[in-house]
Amino acid sequence: MKPRVLMFGWEFPPHISGGLGTACYGLSKALAQSGTEVLFVVPRLKGNEHGGPYKLIDASEIERAGGYAFTKHHLPGVTEIAIQSALRPYTSPEAFSRSGQGRNWQEIQAIQDVEGKLASLSGGYGQNLFHEVARYAEVAAQIATEQQFDVVHAHDWLTFPAGVAASRISGKPLVLHVHATEFDRSGENINRAVYEMERQGLQSADTIVAVSALTRDILVARYGANPNKIKVVHNGVLPMPAHQHRERPQRKMQVVTFLGRVTFQKGPDYFIEAAARVLGDLPSVRFVMAGTGDMLLPMIRKAARMKLGSRIHFTGFLGGADPYKLYGLSDVYVMPSVSEPFGISALEALQSGVPVIVSKQSGAAEILRHAIKVDFWDVDRLASSIVGVLNNRSLAALLSNGGMKEADRMGWDGPAARVNEVYNQII
Amino acid sequence: MKNNTPRVICFYFQVHQPFRIRPYRFFDIGRNSDYFDETKNEGIMRKVAEKCYLPANRTLLNLIRKHGDDFKVSFSISGTALEQFQRYAPDVLESFAELVQTGRVELLAETYAHSLSALKSRAEFERQIRMHDRRMKALFGYTPRVFRNTELIYADKIGRWISDMGYKAVLTEGADHILGWRSPNYLYKASADNELNMLLKNYHLSDDIAFRFSQRDWAGWPLTTDKFVTWLQAIPAEEQIVNLFMDYETFGEHQWHSTGIFQFLEHLPDAVFGNSGFRFVTPSEAISELTPAAELSMPYAVSWADEERDLSAWLGNPIQDDAFNSLYKLEQRVNACNDPVLHRDWLLLQTSDHFYYMCTKYFADGDVHKYFNPYESPYEAFINFMNVLSDFELRLDAMPVMEKAAIPAPTGLNGKNQLAAI
Repeated sequence: MKPRVLMFGWEFPPHISGGLGTACYGLSKALAQSGTEVLFVVPRLKGNEHGGPYKLIDASEIERAGGYAFTKHHLPGVTEIAIQSALRPYTSPEAFSRSGQGRNWQEIQAIQDVEGKLASLSGGYGQNLFHEVARYAEVAAQIATEQQFDVVHAHDWLTFPAGVAASRISGKPLVLHVHATEFDRSGENINRAVYEMERQGLQSADTIVAVSALTRDILVARYGANPNKIKVVHNGVLPMPAHQHRERPQRKMQVVTFLGRVTFQKGPDYFIEAAARVLGDLPSVRFVMAGTGDMLLPMIRKAARMKLGSRIHFTGFLGGADPYKLYGLSDVYVMPSVSEPFGISALEALQSGVPVIVSKQSGAAEILRHAIKVDFWDVDRLASSIVGVLNNRSLAALLSNGGMKEADRMGWDGPAARVNEVYNQII
Repeated sequence: MKNNTPRVICFYFQVHQPFRIRPYRFFDIGRNSDYFDETKNEGIMRKVAEKCYLPANRTLLNLIRKHGDDFKVSFSISGTALEQFQRYAPDVLESFAELVQTGRVELLAETYAHSLSALKSRAEFERQIRMHDRRMKALFGYTPRVFRNTELIYADKIGRWISDMGYKAVLTEGADHILGWRSPNYLYKASADNELNMLLKNYHLSDDIAFRFSQRDWAGWPLTTDKFVTWLQAIPAEEQIVNLFMDYETFGEHQWHSTGIFQFLEHLPDAVFGNSGFRFVTPSEAISELTPAAELSMPYAVSWADEERDLSAWLGNPIQDDAFNSLYKLEQRVNACNDPVLHRDWLLLQTSDHFYYMCTKYFADGDVHKYFNPYESPYEAFINFMNVLSDFELRLDAMPVMEKAAIPAPTGLNGKNQLAAI
């Protein structure tokens, strides 16, 4: 009997700001293809419809009394449910209250018992975000009473309370999927309320799925999670859009690329430091830092102060086909993450045939063979690895060809099969 | 006035428009070397022409016709503005030519690209002045004798260079922290061994018109010509000259038509002649009529910008310095190749506005910076400029290096001379 899963996520393509949205999409698509029925719940979706097999709807179009809307996907077995909500991925309680994103929801007072618990966690700051999380959980509980399913599956801390609520009200088992922990996002300077929400959620889970051994170890060491409850399922990568191809500039230049959120977690500092060392040897190489985040302006200032502004370029957020366009221009892709639970962009770069250098502190380093692996803090090794790839065609070709083959084998079918195993064990 | 000393007002208006850079992405590097935003530059030029240049020129022409030899003004028109007139607003160029033909308008020398080259390269600085000079000759049949540098930037060293080039006088800023107890209302000279005359901006009276004219929270508002003349009269009788230096775009662009700025200009000469002993002179007349009161050394560069009157509007923060140094690092390589398009881009990238957009001083002066800034943030300005510079370097890399003797004199605007059109 194929299971039917109620899944809680944050975002869905094309409105994504990071790897989590891509991962949720890839996983639920592969699950559906394997016969598992997926009810995918996301915070409110707006704007353009995705051209893929999923039909996304705006909650305001088909609103139900409970404040959510749902529709059948074109792909059999997947239903998407949109909850009207201001929740955003990759936010922190501090950033959320700064941006005023929660303002529209201030009037929502009808938050039930979940709220009391959460409010005590939030410690007086970032209240709006915790209200949102609580409200999401409340609607989740309502959905759980109205829908038929066998298992609940929630992705990362914002949806943990929703997963817990849905599991409790339905009595169905709970899978919590950890794509990143508070320690990955914030280093040692963690938000206690977020940490507590993660920790308590993990205690309620029947099974925890970690995207890497690195993440599993953090869950055990930092959250006291039971190692026997944790399953490591490495992410897969979606096939590259068919129409993408390498488009070289007319004038020859060598390009070293960083693509990701420009935040502490991603190690942008080390990229700039390595760039400075590489430019000492190869003064005409161009470096690109693509993405945005709270460290973007400091990085621009740093590059300027080091007099590297004419060699290190900043693109801001790249969406749509632009990341592939950038990979097409790149000679090396560098992922110097300080703590990277997985790092799907490394696989995407490999799909485009770009040699990759990843930090050892990444999940991708656990599964890739055709990649150079360095410690994120070892800037000298990072720099000499970059120079090595740029100067050595045979090395670059080896990494490119081998890596591309490797990435092509890493679709979502394998990970989906492992997740199905998890379901079958606890149903 | 019972005084024998001539008392004069010297008007100088700066006319400048940069070639703004279009949004230039990383993906453009190595593929697209079309840097400048034709549509935006044309649009802004047409707008400013209608709001400022044409009506202000008309007002001045009427004043000159009405007052004969008593009313004079001077202009400095950047080479980039002249090119944009030729391309987008020949009517403006024509009206300037008409003003020059009255003989009561003095044109000043400046660097062609309204650049900061004086701070980096004497050779480039002089090259651009000569280039501007040729353009003035071609368009107006005029050879400037008095120099003013971009944004009135001046230091002793620059004074030496322009004196060596044969210029008789320079216009610069007369801010308090530079002058100390001295008044800007005298003619000065550069030093004992440099006879270069110095005309200093009276920043109080100039900025009353240029910046404060329409500020309702200013004690002087509303500024009438009578009020302005009483302020002129309050200047001690022994002080000789009041230099009113400002952007020409003050009229109709920075101060909108509805503020009454054009009426102010139109009625000022009558009010001056009726109630004070002042006359209007050009800078050249000023230096022939007056004797320098003292020597004035400026070891550090000054400008007319912002409260600091220094270079901090263009240089000083890390992004400005990096962009500026990265650009001028290419000078020798640019000069070593023979490609008119490359030379022209190099010239237009030097325009000071590009660095002004990268200014991060966000307080009192930041408002002014924001107003003139096509970018949402200084960082965006930096990113865009550096992308362009990166492409420019790739083009340089691809250039054959040529023999020194074959280096052509860059002409700007593809060397076309549109004088015939006037």
